[in-house]
Amino acid sequence: MEKQSDLLLDIQHLHTAYRLQGKFYDAADDINLTLKRNEILAIVGESGCGKSTIASSIIGLYDHKNTRVTGDILYNELNLVGLNEQLFNKIRGDKIGIIFQDPLASLNPLMRVGDQVAETLYYHTDMDQKARHARVIELFNQVGMPKPEEMYTMYPHELSGGLRQRVVIAMAIACKPEIIIADEPTTALDVTIQAQILDLLEDIQKQSESGIILITHDLGVVAETADEVAVMYAGQIVEKSDVKTIFEHPLHPYTRSLLNSIPQSDDDRADLHVIHGTVPSLKNMPRTGDRFASRIPWIPASAHEKNPQVHEVEPGHWVRCTCWKTFHFEDEDAKDQEKTVSGE
Amino acid sequence: MWKTVLRRLLIMIPQLIVLSIIVFALAKMMPGDPFTGLVNPNTDPKEIIRLKREAGLYDPLWVQYGRWVNNLFHGNLGTSYIQKVPVASLIADRAVNTFWLSLLTVILTYLIAVPMGIAAGRYEGKWKDIVISAFNYITFAIPGFVIYILGLWLFGYVLGWFPISGSVSGSASGFWGVLGSRIYHMILPAVLVAIISTTGIVQYLKIGISDNKVEDYVKTARSKGVPEKVVFNKHILRNSLLPIAAFFGNTITGLLSGSVIIETIFSYPGMGQLFMNSVQQRDYTTLTALILIYGILTLIGNLLSDIIMSIVDPRIRIQ
Repeated sequence: MEKQSDLLLDIQHLHTAYRLQGKFYDAADDINLTLKRNEILAIVGESGCGKSTIASSIIGLYDHKNTRVTGDILYNELNLVGLNEQLFNKIRGDKIGIIFQDPLASLNPLMRVGDQVAETLYYHTDMDQKARHARVIELFNQVGMPKPEEMYTMYPHELSGGLRQRVVIAMAIACKPEIIIADEPTTALDVTIQAQILDLLEDIQKQSESGIILITHDLGVVAETADEVAVMYAGQIVEKSDVKTIFEHPLHPYTRSLLNSIPQSDDDRADLHVIHGTVPSLKNMPRTGDRFASRIPWIPASAHEKNPQVHEVEPGHWVRCTCWKTFHFEDEDAKDQEKTVSGE
Repeated sequence: MWKTVLRRLLIMIPQLIVLSIIVFALAKMMPGDPFTGLVNPNTDPKEIIRLKREAGLYDPLWVQYGRWVNNLFHGNLGTSYIQKVPVASLIADRAVNTFWLSLLTVILTYLIAVPMGIAAGRYEGKWKDIVISAFNYITFAIPGFVIYILGLWLFGYVLGWFPISGSVSGSASGFWGVLGSRIYHMILPAVLVAIISTTGIVQYLKIGISDNKVEDYVKTARSKGVPEKVVFNKHILRNSLLPIAAFFGNTITGLLSGSVIIETIFSYPGMGQLFMNSVQQRDYTTLTALILIYGILTLIGNLLSDIIMSIVDPRIRIQ
């Protein structure tokens, strides 16, 4: 039995719609997710599938005029949807920290990085300037920045990409938030730095017993760090399970296609698997039927549900639509391989 | 930062040398010489040649240039062909008038432009922005002298609120009386020039704000729980002021060329009016000196602009 307090975030029926030429279109469509303490939840999907939309909905940072958010995002029985700005400002930075994708763009070019981290403390703690300075140094140590005293007075442009991202992480964890949202934290970094940053995130999560929502399109990152995985396609969650199941026993055609697109060292195929087409744009997204159907045209329409629902296939493993039952890859090679992979 | 300022000052040396060569070349290309006005039908041409030789006008150009520069360093700008007085003393009084008028104009320009730019950027697309943009397009489209003459006619002549010429009233007495009268004479021209000069600043500030509003670091600031008011003033506004700082040199240059027109229209005894008169009277020595001074002031304007930039933007400081 889980304790009640282990549940940090409970997202129910979240719809986030953007206004395009006067009409609202759902970019996140009926999202149901939970984040528990000590858990890293990964949200995976291609660009434009609505991952970041979920992040901005959680922390309430969206253009309020052109965005409509409905549903519930419960944090300690407090609904974050429609929360007034004053209350939200108390939660943002204090209870929920967020790490954005591009560490250079995320930092104010005219402010010393130390002051930018201290700014979070200024709004959420009673610390005086000296205490804030000491806390920033402590944070810089924690995120593995060399010479933290010197770093404090540096400007963002004077730091390398990896160091900048460490500053951003220090900023996000300054007030020991319970929830950390990492929106593609490693995308803008080179591979060696990526691994360091992911290790750092895992360390922080273990130390602070917080929950992390890791948004990424990199399945390698997911395999390394996540506990739970939600795969998103075109604004919907198509498969949700623990990380082991997703990688060993994926069911939804989209998840399987994604996994099949990863190069393997023992792979002797000449070409990588390619998912045909692109994610439909927000305006042209089909609102009925299986949204992935157009990208697997060789699967007959009858295999798809008319109005695809999420089914709990086995305990803790949720899959949208029933088309996975008859799904096979178009080319024979892939099909054969798929049989061996998923043969139970 | 001081290294940046020092380096920037060093860059000015070659700039000044090039400027002086250009001005000297211009002066040489102008027809006439200091003795042109002295000639009458009875003058012996040999006498003129003798005078010219004594004045060194037959020396090689580089010797003449050296002498000219040497004189400049000693504050000797030559003698006016027309008024027969040293150019330096001719300019000195007028330079003071122009300095105060320009200072008042700069202050008014920023006092008007910055709040307008902030309002337009902050309320983008709202009525405030629309009104300010409309104002901006109108002042941008109408030539300066049209507004100056209209202003002079309306506020000076029809309404009679402000004096229409001069820099100080003859009846003013006492320190405060003279000061008050001087400021009273400057207000109308300064306001009119300021209105014309706001266009660029308003536009740069507005664009800066609307660009910076959507930057990631602003989102980061909000994600830290920073109140919206602080996000705007501390993060968005400060970054949006950078182009204004860069534009400062441009504003100074604009003022200098503007002073020629405004001082002529308002018969304000400044350098601009002197410039205009010197052109009309073909007073080449005065003109040369004025061109040199305008050139130096432009360089100083750009220097100030760069120094301000290096103060507000750490990225352009030289390590």
